[in-house]
Amino acid sequence: MLIRNLCNIALASIVLTLSGCKGGVLDPKGQIGYDEKNLIIIATVLMLLVVIPVIVMTLYFAWKYRDTQTHEIYAPKWAHSTKIEAVVWAVPIIIVIILGVITWESTHRLDPYKPLEGKGEHITVEVVSLNWKWLFIYPEQGIATVNELVFPTNVPVEFKITSESTMNSFFIPQLGSQIYSMAGMQTKLHLIANEPGTFKGISANYSGAGFSGMKFNAIATPTQAGFDDWVSNVKAQGNTLTKDAYYQLAEPTENHPVTYYGNVEDNLFHTIIMKFMVHMSGKSDISEMKGMDHKMDEHADHSGHSEHSEHSAHSSHTQGEE
Amino acid sequence: MSTLSADLASTNVDAVSTHDDHHDHHDTSGDTVFGFWLYLMTDCLLFASFFATYAVLFMNTAGGVSGKDIFELDFVAVETAALLLSSITFGFAMIAAQGQKKALTLAWLLVTFCLGAVFIGMEIYEFHHLIVNGHGPQHSAFLSSFFALVGLHGLHVTAGLIWMTIMMIEVVRRGLGKATVTRLSCLSLFWHFLDIVWICVFTVVYLMGAM
Amino acid sequence: MSFLGKITLDAIPLHDPILVVTMIGIALGGLILLGLITKYKKWGVLWHGWITSVDHKRLGVMYIILALIMLFRGFSDAILMRSQLALATNGSPGYLPPEHYDQIFTAHGVIMIIFMAMPFMVGLMNIILPLQIGARDVAFPFLNNLSFWLTASGAILMNISLVFGEFAKTGWVAYPPLSELTFSPGVGVDYYIWALQISGLGTLLTSVNFLVTVFKMRAPGMTLMKMPIFTWTCTWANILIAASFPILTAVLAMLTLDRYMDFHFFTNDLGGNSMMYINLFWAWGHPEVYILVLPAFGIFSEIISTFTGKRLFGYKSMIYASGAISILGFVVWLHHFFTMGSSANVNAFFGVMTMIIAVPTGVKLFNWLFTIYRGRLRITVPVLWTLGFMVTFTIGGMTGVLLAIPGADYVLHNSLFLIAHFHNTIIGGAVFGYLAGFAFWFPKAMGFKLNEKWGKVSFWCWIVGFFVAFMPLYVLGFLGMTRRLNHTNTPEWNFWLYLAAVGAIIIMFGIIAQVIQLYVSFRDREALDDETGDPWNGHTLEWATASPPQAYNFAVIPHVDDIDAWTDMKEKGQAYITKSSYSPIHMPKNTSAGVLMGAALTIFCFAMVWHIWWLAGAGLIGAIAVFIKRCYCNDVDYYVQPDEILETEQAFNLSGREGVKA
Repeated sequence: MLIRNLCNIALASIVLTLSGCKGGVLDPKGQIGYDEKNLIIIATVLMLLVVIPVIVMTLYFAWKYRDTQTHEIYAPKWAHSTKIEAVVWAVPIIIVIILGVITWESTHRLDPYKPLEGKGEHITVEVVSLNWKWLFIYPEQGIATVNELVFPTNVPVEFKITSESTMNSFFIPQLGSQIYSMAGMQTKLHLIANEPGTFKGISANYSGAGFSGMKFNAIATPTQAGFDDWVSNVKAQGNTLTKDAYYQLAEPTENHPVTYYGNVEDNLFHTIIMKFMVHMSGKSDISEMKGMDHKMDEHADHSGHSEHSEHSAHSSHTQGEE
Repeated sequence: MSTLSADLASTNVDAVSTHDDHHDHHDTSGDTVFGFWLYLMTDCLLFASFFATYAVLFMNTAGGVSGKDIFELDFVAVETAALLLSSITFGFAMIAAQGQKKALTLAWLLVTFCLGAVFIGMEIYEFHHLIVNGHGPQHSAFLSSFFALVGLHGLHVTAGLIWMTIMMIEVVRRGLGKATVTRLSCLSLFWHFLDIVWICVFTVVYLMGAM
Repeated sequence: MSFLGKITLDAIPLHDPILVVTMIGIALGGLILLGLITKYKKWGVLWHGWITSVDHKRLGVMYIILALIMLFRGFSDAILMRSQLALATNGSPGYLPPEHYDQIFTAHGVIMIIFMAMPFMVGLMNIILPLQIGARDVAFPFLNNLSFWLTASGAILMNISLVFGEFAKTGWVAYPPLSELTFSPGVGVDYYIWALQISGLGTLLTSVNFLVTVFKMRAPGMTLMKMPIFTWTCTWANILIAASFPILTAVLAMLTLDRYMDFHFFTNDLGGNSMMYINLFWAWGHPEVYILVLPAFGIFSEIISTFTGKRLFGYKSMIYASGAISILGFVVWLHHFFTMGSSANVNAFFGVMTMIIAVPTGVKLFNWLFTIYRGRLRITVPVLWTLGFMVTFTIGGMTGVLLAIPGADYVLHNSLFLIAHFHNTIIGGAVFGYLAGFAFWFPKAMGFKLNEKWGKVSFWCWIVGFFVAFMPLYVLGFLGMTRRLNHTNTPEWNFWLYLAAVGAIIIMFGIIAQVIQLYVSFRDREALDDETGDPWNGHTLEWATASPPQAYNFAVIPHVDDIDAWTDMKEKGQAYITKSSYSPIHMPKNTSAGVLMGAALTIFCFAMVWHIWWLAGAGLIGAIAVFIKRCYCNDVDYYVQPDEILETEQAFNLSGREGVKA
């Protein structure tokens, strides 16, 4: 344990000096980010236990047994040793078992779909990737923004994510995990900022010509009051995001400026996901539609991606809270 | 893909004798048949990919028709019977070929060909029928994967029919030499393989779809 | 539908100065080459000796020439990308707009994997594998020629896209829906589809061919557990090809149907599911990386045991380890998209499976170490590549295991950390392996050794350049930089981007040094001549032949009693023995069917890309017609006569014995 701690400190300091300690995934500002950084460091240290000896031995053996060293033992037919073979299989196996346990535990702990427990009430943001900008809908506040995401510090945020067109990945490096956005499907991500600040948000999956400009600022306000102020400020803009306005917004643009919508049409996010399946069904009336909606929600959270789903609007997640 | 089969079958003529220097004409037909087997395994994986895709997409009817609405089991049963029967008749052709009975081989090949042609004819009719009724592959992911899977099998059978035609010409012109019989063996493997694939298609697509 | 399909004059990108200069350069280079061939009257040699050849050694050489040409093209793309990213900082747009830049990174990926690494690997396998198992050729020599021309057709198609139209702007994975008609209406993705499809077909045929060769044509006495290790790793790679390439064929066919016939496999609407593409793509794509790296592992094993003058340590372990890697390679594909939102159980399962691959890989590294242990290591160029590999690949393996932990991948996925990782394994593993094999077997294929000095210069440039170019990418990944960005505006990244560009330039000097090495070696070929056929005191049967080997490889098929068959023969005094008489040897004749089919299929694919249906039909029918004609041809073989064999063998064995005495 002591060795691990020492190594941790040593490695962390190397990495921090290396990265200049600004931005990025080794400079996290939220719980998920902290945990993932620690996971990276622990795993790296564990692997270095094998990697460093291998590299040193490679160079040392090559030097020691070079052909001019005629005084060294030369055993041209020696090609098997049960002891050595047992060790060379055992060492990687042990490391991988330890890493495997860590992986299993951390994957469940850091599951992006898992709500953050013990952090109080969360707020929900619906995220839509468009060509080439991010739309954030706040269903609880009834507002929407483009390319700016604001939430209070120390409050968990639940992101529901989908795409209007191509696949993107919703990612705020300093807060931790990313998740793909896919059309006709809903994915989920839970994050929290434990320090106030402005963090870079990006798309981490290439999506075409305007991809490089698909950036936004994620602002964690120091207090709830600051967030509330911001919400009322957005509301004051008036500006309603109706379905028509949405389709206009969905037209491809690059480096889209920050835009506020004080009002949002009800269930817009839902409509965006659903449109890929209702598109051609002449049969379904309103009541059927509702049934489909319900099913879609179920699928969005329960269907594994290898399972068949009745509609395209299913995500690949098998675990959900509904 | 389907040209591959003919490809492997034909290459036995230039395979080199390497095992033994003392025999002028080394027997390479074993290599050819083994190579053809390997090819069939890769083909099997090709079908497996299409089956997997069908399994994932068959529920995605996008509000349109599902298997229940469009499959006519009686029709497909006749189609299936034609293909299964053709496998048996090909078996007879092979027995005749092993016995160096040229006319009989040709006769059985012709019967096989006709049965295969019936199968393809019925499949084309089915596809045509679906498309004119507005159930073409462009209407849903289910229909896309259905047409692709069944169509892929149909393309294979068509290639098999072309190959069979060529083999019949070869038997007529060159008789049942060693190379020709080896090629016939490859074609028979191919034909039986397509039969097995069809049984899977029939079960997974039609029977399970119509239920 | 017009006579020329979708082709218009706009298809030729005359507006882009970089492309125009490239086109002029290619045209001039081509003209000079054609002029030289005509001047020295080499057309006959080219046609009869190479293009129509079914000799596995010559096909192997052609594969490697193709690979080197494509390495230059792919590396030019790399230089363009690194310089763009070094220039396009602080909000500057740089000199490559996304329109062009996006094609470059797509082309770079496709070329390096499909048209550089694969042909290099297949080329080395072609030259060496039949020799190692004591065979006279592969099981189906015509098929082998056809495979080469299918690969070449794909490469040609890929390069036509430079002049006609565009290449895909989707990244080398071409994920839908981006690669669907809605978002990529141009011909770029179609070029991608057909280039991959046709060369994939060639690769599939190669694997079937070599599997039959290995299982049916080994020299007497060579049981499977006496096969040379390179042959073993190639066999595992061929099994992987046979099992994974059909999946690529299928997934590309589905994308084709989506784009050409309005099917809905992967579209957003009407029930399509793009995740299916991603799953199938990686069910091929992950085994593909082991297809690339396993033969390289075999090459390192051969080199280490040859240059230490020792048996390979843990031969059986090595075979089982390769097998374990091959099988596990099929159950890890999901680690390419942990961030798709699969459940924790699914992600954890695929993460752990991925890590398990580190076990057999680690075992291999230790086995190489213990092969060096108590050996007499001659530090030659192939050995330098091997040592460089062992150091580099270990780091790449470590970062790979790190990415296999879903919790870490959630922040490192698609970042430059990932880019650094896979270049670390593909360059440090596969490419170093091929370059090592190139130096190691060059004398066998060409008859003279490569200049050591320039080889060492090249190695040091490559390895220093590699670390300078890719270690910064690890840092940039940690700093939150994602892949495929066209320009950046983050001052903290600038230093690392500049450094990476410097690294790429150092690698460029490594490649230049290799060109110089080839020139110098060719100039001094008399001094570097390999008369014995066994310049390194090798262990395996390829060294029992002349350099370059006799057309028939072995006058008498040797009997194998040991894993190191040639060492065993040398120790028993059975090397360089001329018999008093020989039996005639049955050999395959050259054929133009392969190149003609390749040409017809290139036309078919080109016409498909541009929707010129009549031409596509003509190309396809042409290819089938040539094929059927070939099937009916009976004039496919000939015999090498005993007196000719005797003469060749006497000359070779004499110089071989003299070489041993000296």
